[in-house]
Amino acid sequence: MLTVLAAILGIASMVGAYFAVHSKKLTVAIIATGIVSMVASILFLLLAAPDVAMTEASIGSALTTAIFFFTLNKIRQTNE
Amino acid sequence: MEYVIMTTGFALTISGLYGLLSQKNMIKMILGFTIFTTGINIVTVAIGYIKGGTAPILDDAGKAVGKYVDPVPQALVLTSIVIGLGVTALMLAYVMKLYKDKKSLNINDYKDLKW
Amino acid sequence: MNRKTLIALLIAAMAVVLFPLYESYQGSEALSEVGQYYADNGVEDTGAQNLVTSVVVTYRGLDTLGEVTILFLAASIISFFLSFSKEERIENRQVRSITEILTTSAQILVPMIYMFGVYIFVNGHLTPGGGFQGGAVIASGTLLMFLSNPNFKLNHKIIHFVESTSGLVFVLIGVVGAMMMDGGFLSNKIAGYGFGQVGSILSAGAIPVIYTFLGLKVGTELSNVLGIYVESQNEK
Repeated sequence: MLTVLAAILGIASMVGAYFAVHSKKLTVAIIATGIVSMVASILFLLLAAPDVAMTEASIGSALTTAIFFFTLNKIRQTNE
Repeated sequence: MEYVIMTTGFALTISGLYGLLSQKNMIKMILGFTIFTTGINIVTVAIGYIKGGTAPILDDAGKAVGKYVDPVPQALVLTSIVIGLGVTALMLAYVMKLYKDKKSLNINDYKDLKW
Repeated sequence: MNRKTLIALLIAAMAVVLFPLYESYQGSEALSEVGQYYADNGVEDTGAQNLVTSVVVTYRGLDTLGEVTILFLAASIISFFLSFSKEERIENRQVRSITEILTTSAQILVPMIYMFGVYIFVNGHLTPGGGFQGGAVIASGTLLMFLSNPNFKLNHKIIHFVESTSGLVFVLIGVVGAMMMDGGFLSNKIAGYGFGQVGSILSAGAIPVIYTFLGLKVGTELSNVLGIYVESQNEK
């Protein structure tokens, strides 16, 4: 059961990584990286590492994504 | 289960490295770096996994209940994630300054130090 | 040799380096020697229920000090890089209008998120969590505040005071431990109440004290980084 769940999550993270690398739009790529981090935090939970899962969920998927978007916004502003 | 997660970790590592090397947009290079770090972290935690193990937290009497997974890789990965945020934020600050200077995100436009 | 071949070669080299690790991996049945030592003696040595906490704060406390230093350096360099003078500042930057729902829910949620962050790092020795997780949760509360009100400004005096004081207290606890007890730098035997009852909040020696200050330091530091990024949007 857990194996099937891990396989589904693994495929989801691979799809996220594909979009992060190949997407033409930067916003899509940033969101896809956030999804990869989110899935990784569930994988850490499956590996019996709740401490790491908490850190990855709050730092990896929330703060990192926010900082990327602040940078993107600043770059668009400079462009105008 | 641990094999599947290990495979995912390696696949993420390789695809993150590919993104880091093949992209020319600096923000996408940093995204590739982030995915690379995530993959390495998954691999490190998976190495410390014990079959049927639970999280390394003792019961109220301070005794072990069944088997534990290894706490050392988890502590190392904890450190790695926090430092990863610092490094990513630093790189993005550089990108903002570079863009202000030359109005370009393409890494090939920055040849000042090339020889 | 063109660029694509080079990239393919590098990735193949990385795969070759990683493959033995993958091939020899088999879900192990028993802990490694170090992990076994921590599982057997963790409670007697530190008194903490959460073994990850005892590894992070006590057994590898010096690493944690180095990590906090790296985070501090990164935050300092970012604030140095993204600073600008008053003449370059755009007053009253136009932002997309913010809905009533976000403003109101942020007012209700932000204090709760802060409380949850404090709960996480105070209970770091009993439940999953600790200084870094609690600090990150506090920083995400600050992020919600910035999203609901882009003109919100952090009070830099309080931020810098909390940050430097907690860093100083962290080092002082280590130095006092090295001077007074035989435990060495960052020994956790210095708290007055000893190890206490395992499972109660006042247990595990200095670990709750260190984790509280660590949580405050990480929380203020990450909030400060977010604040710098938000402030840099006002630059021309």
